[in-house]
Amino acid sequence: MRPTRELLESLPERFDHAVVAFVGAEGYPLSVASRFRVEADRGVILLDAPAGEAVAPPEGEEVNVVFSHIRPQPGVGYDERRYVSLWGSLRRSNGHLELEPDRTQHWDEQEMSFFEFSERGVPQARRYFEQVSAEQGREIGPRLSFGWLFLRATRLPFLTATIIPVGLGIAIAALRDDFSWWRALLTLIGGACIHLGLNVANDVFDTLSGADEANVNPTQFSGGSRVILYGLVDLPAMVALCVAFYAVGIGIGIALAAVSGWGLLWIGIAGALISLFYTAPPLKLVHRGLGEIAVFAGFGPIMTLGAYFVLAENYAWEPFFASLPVGILIALILYVNEVPDRPADAAAGKRTLPVRWSKDTVILAYDLAVAVTFALIAAFAISGVTARPTIIALAALPLAFPVHRALRDHYESPYELMPSMGKNIMLHGATGALLILGYAIAIVADAASSNPHAFLQ
Amino acid sequence: MGVLPERIEELLETALVSELTVIDRGGRPVTHPLIPMYDGELLYLTSSVLFSKKLEHIKENPRVSISISDPVAVNVERFARATIQGDATVDDSDLHSGWEERVLPLWRKKEPMIDFFLGKRVALPLFFERAIIEVRPRRAFLWEDGRTDREPEVFEVVEAVR
Repeated sequence: MRPTRELLESLPERFDHAVVAFVGAEGYPLSVASRFRVEADRGVILLDAPAGEAVAPPEGEEVNVVFSHIRPQPGVGYDERRYVSLWGSLRRSNGHLELEPDRTQHWDEQEMSFFEFSERGVPQARRYFEQVSAEQGREIGPRLSFGWLFLRATRLPFLTATIIPVGLGIAIAALRDDFSWWRALLTLIGGACIHLGLNVANDVFDTLSGADEANVNPTQFSGGSRVILYGLVDLPAMVALCVAFYAVGIGIGIALAAVSGWGLLWIGIAGALISLFYTAPPLKLVHRGLGEIAVFAGFGPIMTLGAYFVLAENYAWEPFFASLPVGILIALILYVNEVPDRPADAAAGKRTLPVRWSKDTVILAYDLAVAVTFALIAAFAISGVTARPTIIALAALPLAFPVHRALRDHYESPYELMPSMGKNIMLHGATGALLILGYAIAIVADAASSNPHAFLQ
Repeated sequence: MGVLPERIEELLETALVSELTVIDRGGRPVTHPLIPMYDGELLYLTSSVLFSKKLEHIKENPRVSISISDPVAVNVERFARATIQGDATVDDSDLHSGWEERVLPLWRKKEPMIDFFLGKRVALPLFFERAIIEVRPRRAFLWEDGRTDREPEVFEVVEAVR
C-alpha cells in the first residue's frame, strides 16, 4: 500500500526518531537510528545520514525505514503501541538521505484495537501451522485445555439466556403449588442442551457461510466462538457436538412429555426447530432479519411456557405474559451484538436488522423495545397478570442507559462498544432474576400466610 | 558478564522494545518492533503465529539485526543506541508452551502484565501459540549518547565458552 500524504504528515508528531534498516556487508541487515523530517508536498522523508562507512545505508537499493513508539507503564509493561514501516530507495540530497516511499505497513492501537489487529493475522496463523505440520511431519495446531475449549466452543456463559426463562416458568408453577425438583432440574438440563446445540450449530453454519472468516471485529459477546476458524476444533467434531446436544435435549423433552403430557411436544418441537433453523438452511432465520423474533420466541415464551407445562401439566396465560419482557430483552442482546458484526454479516448475506437499518433507527428501536419491556413489567405487576412483587424488576432499567449512550457514541467502534454489550446482557440477567425473585417473594408470602397482603400476591 | 559489551547488555536488560530486521524472500529488509530478551549468551524474541511472516523469513535467511533505538523504552542512567547483528534460529517445536518455559521468565521482567493476559488465554488463544527466535550475536555497534551522527564503536562478538 502506498503511503498517503496524511500518514507522512503525521509522522513528526507521532514519532521521535526513525530507524533505517538495510542489507549491509556480508548480507546481514543493519538498522541505524536517525533524526528525520517530512516534506509532505514532495512525498519524501529526509533522514540524517549516520556517520561511518560501516553503517552507511546504500543508495539506489530498497531500504526499510521504520518509526516505532511505545509508552512505558512501570510495573505493568507499556501501551500506546504504534509503528509505521516505509519502503523505498534512498538517494543523497543536500547532505541528507532522501526516501520517497512507495510502500507502507502500519498499525496504531489507538486506531485499530489489538484484538482486530490479531484477528487479521488468523489466515497467516493457519498457514504457519500448515507449514510447521509439514516440516515436522505431524499435525500441529493451536490448543486449549478441555475445560476452556468446552467453555469457548459452546459459549457456556450465555446459558443465562436459558436459565432465566426456564427459572421463571418454574417459579410461576411453584407459586401454583406445582413443583417437582427432578422435573425442574431435567427441564433446565434439556433447555440448556438445546441452547448449547444452537450455539454450536450457529458456529457450524457461520463457518460454512463464511461469516466467521469475514468478521475481523469479533468481541467476547459477538462473532461466534471461532474455534473452527482458529483450528481449535474441526468442523466434523463441532457437528458431532451439535448433534449430541440436540439428541440429549430432544430426548429429555420426550421423556418429560411422557410424564407431563404430550401437549409439551408442540412447544418442544417449535423450540427445537427455531433453534436449528436460526442459522441452518433453508430458513436461515437470522439471515432474513428474523433472528430477533426467533430468539424472542425461543428464549422467551417457548422456554417459560415449556418449563411451566412440565410442572403444571397445562398451559396458562401467566407464564406467557411474564416471559414477554424476558424475550424482548434477550432479543435485544442479539440485536446489540449484531451492531459490530454488521460488515461481516452483510458480506456473508446475513441481513440482520442492524445491517438493514440506519444507526438512528437501530438506536430508536432499542429505546422503544426497552420502554415497552419495562412498561409491560409495570402493567402486568400492577394489574395482577403476574405476581405483584415482580414490580421490583423495574430496578434493572438503569442498566439500559449506558447501552443507549454507547450505541450513540461508539456505534462504529466494536471494542469501545464491548463494555456496553456486557451491560446489555446484565440488563437481561438482572431483569429476569428480579422477576424470578418477585415470584419467590410471592411464594414465601403465600406459604407464610393464608391471606397475604395484596402487594405480595 | 555475557558475550556482549556491558553498555549494550545494560540496554538489553531494560529495553521494552527493539527493532528486529529480517530479510524477506526478495532480499529486502523488513523490520518488526519486538521485546528483546537476553541471557548473557543469546538474544531471544518471541512471535505469535498470528504475526509469523518474520519466522518464515528467518527460516529462509537467518541473518538478522536487532537495534535498540528508543530512549523512552529503556531505563538506563546514560542512554546509548546499539545494533546487534547475528544468526537467528526459530524454535517452533512446541508452539503451545515451549516459550512459556524458556522465555516467559525474561518476558515477565519487562512486561509483568503478561501473566494477566496469559490467564485469559481462552480469549486470545492464537496469540499465545508462539515461536522463540534465538539470535546468536555476531557483531555489535554502539553509539554512545545515542548519537548516530558520530561513528559507532564496533565489537566482534566472541562466542561464549560453553
